[in-house]
Amino acid sequence: MAKVLVVTSGKGGVGKTTSTAAIGAALAQSGQKVVVVDFDVGLRNLDLVMGAERRVVFDLINVVQGVAKLSQALIRDKRLENLWLLPASQTRDKDALTEEGVARVIAELKPSFDWVVCDSPAGIERGATLAMRFADEAIIVTNPEVSSVRDSDRIIGMLDSKTVRAENGERVEKHILISRYDAGRAARGEMLGIEDVLEILATPLLGIIPESQDILRASNIGCPVTLNSPGSAAARAYMDATKRLCGETVPMVVPAERKGLFNKLLGRRAA
Amino acid sequence: MDAIAGPVTQPVRLRGRSYLAFVLTPVVPIMEWLHELDDTLVRSPGFFVGKPVVLDLSAVELSRAAITHLIVSLDKKNIRVLGIEGVDASLLTSNMPPALSGGRTCAIALAEPEKPEVKPPVASLMLDIPVRSGQSVVFPDGDVTVLGSVGSGAEIVAGGSIHVYGTLRGRAMAGVNGNPSARIFCQKIEAELLAIDGYYQTAEELDASLRNRPAQAWLDGRIMRITPLT
Repeated sequence: MAKVLVVTSGKGGVGKTTSTAAIGAALAQSGQKVVVVDFDVGLRNLDLVMGAERRVVFDLINVVQGVAKLSQALIRDKRLENLWLLPASQTRDKDALTEEGVARVIAELKPSFDWVVCDSPAGIERGATLAMRFADEAIIVTNPEVSSVRDSDRIIGMLDSKTVRAENGERVEKHILISRYDAGRAARGEMLGIEDVLEILATPLLGIIPESQDILRASNIGCPVTLNSPGSAAARAYMDATKRLCGETVPMVVPAERKGLFNKLLGRRAA
Repeated sequence: MDAIAGPVTQPVRLRGRSYLAFVLTPVVPIMEWLHELDDTLVRSPGFFVGKPVVLDLSAVELSRAAITHLIVSLDKKNIRVLGIEGVDASLLTSNMPPALSGGRTCAIALAEPEKPEVKPPVASLMLDIPVRSGQSVVFPDGDVTVLGSVGSGAEIVAGGSIHVYGTLRGRAMAGVNGNPSARIFCQKIEAELLAIDGYYQTAEELDASLRNRPAQAWLDGRIMRITPLT
């Protein structure tokens, strides 16, 4: 029976979709059977990041509304045979999602996968609430900035009150994933520190993903970074986060600023 | 394992059980008593419907015909007599309710409109989880205690004082029902807004020296004072 994991944040542009793809792929790389579900109906992106945009026939809304069968809508990844994508519809909007429909789709996915990873849309409206509704675990993607942290706090409050688990008196296990962490800016005090973020959110940390060109490149060519450049710092951070998600103890590495030769030569600017 | 179950005869079991019944005690003159009963029924019709009623005839001396008449007239008023008490059993015929004896008086819970249960006043609300951004805790009846932080964009509204054992980053409004002696306490103050009994201060007015320290806010007349604790 699959664990249902929602990747959410409240704020847009923090890296939910990128993280869904990277962690979904990393889970699949570890041999588990994974389906990533795009809940961003109307503004779908996960298919692009996964490189499956040219193979979408049916989507989540078709399945929710009973037009298509789940097996018709699921797209198998070309690189990993145990990774699947359930794309969102681009032509509809979030009102097309119904709670009963989503419940049915999730219940149908659960027996045949180890992980159902739900990529939540930004915001706190229908799409986001339904993406988290049936979650067992949640990854809250946060950038080290006040606006993102406050939105994450809001989302944590909703995870604790608006999910099926919360309503049954259980807990959704929550993890903070700090993304777009820029070591240089953090060192200069231009970003919130990791401790500050964790102190505000009072939730355990799953990993710190450095801001990286590798991620942008991976997204552009439609391949999760953990597959595209597994040796990169970002990919390793995602791999470590995935291991922690599976219960392994992996020491946390705070990305450090890497100074090139020119930085060293020209690191200090004269006043 | 085919066991043939022989016919098992269950012995007839008799059990005693006591029930609660209303007791009607007619007095002479019977006609007047019946009228009074009618008046009662006008005031609360259906009072006796479906309730067991025992007729206590110890206060009157009636012939067999009079008893029959009484039972019939009660029956017309929808009062069904379950048994008769205080009368010589020889006066009763087989189609009358049986004679009863040994009844004990007890209090009867009358089916009056139920009063809402008086709950002891709750003087405080305790939250052992952080209050997250966007959440609003409104407790007009007394104090609110938070064992954790109050996030930026969260809101606590209390009739009494507010105690935050964590960082207060959101809004705290104490004494909202006109209680100027309410106070706000927090372990670390980074509040967006503090209000007591309608007097408020925003983050901008907060003295920078107070930030990140344990502090309390209280009303000194019409001025809000925010002072460090310890």
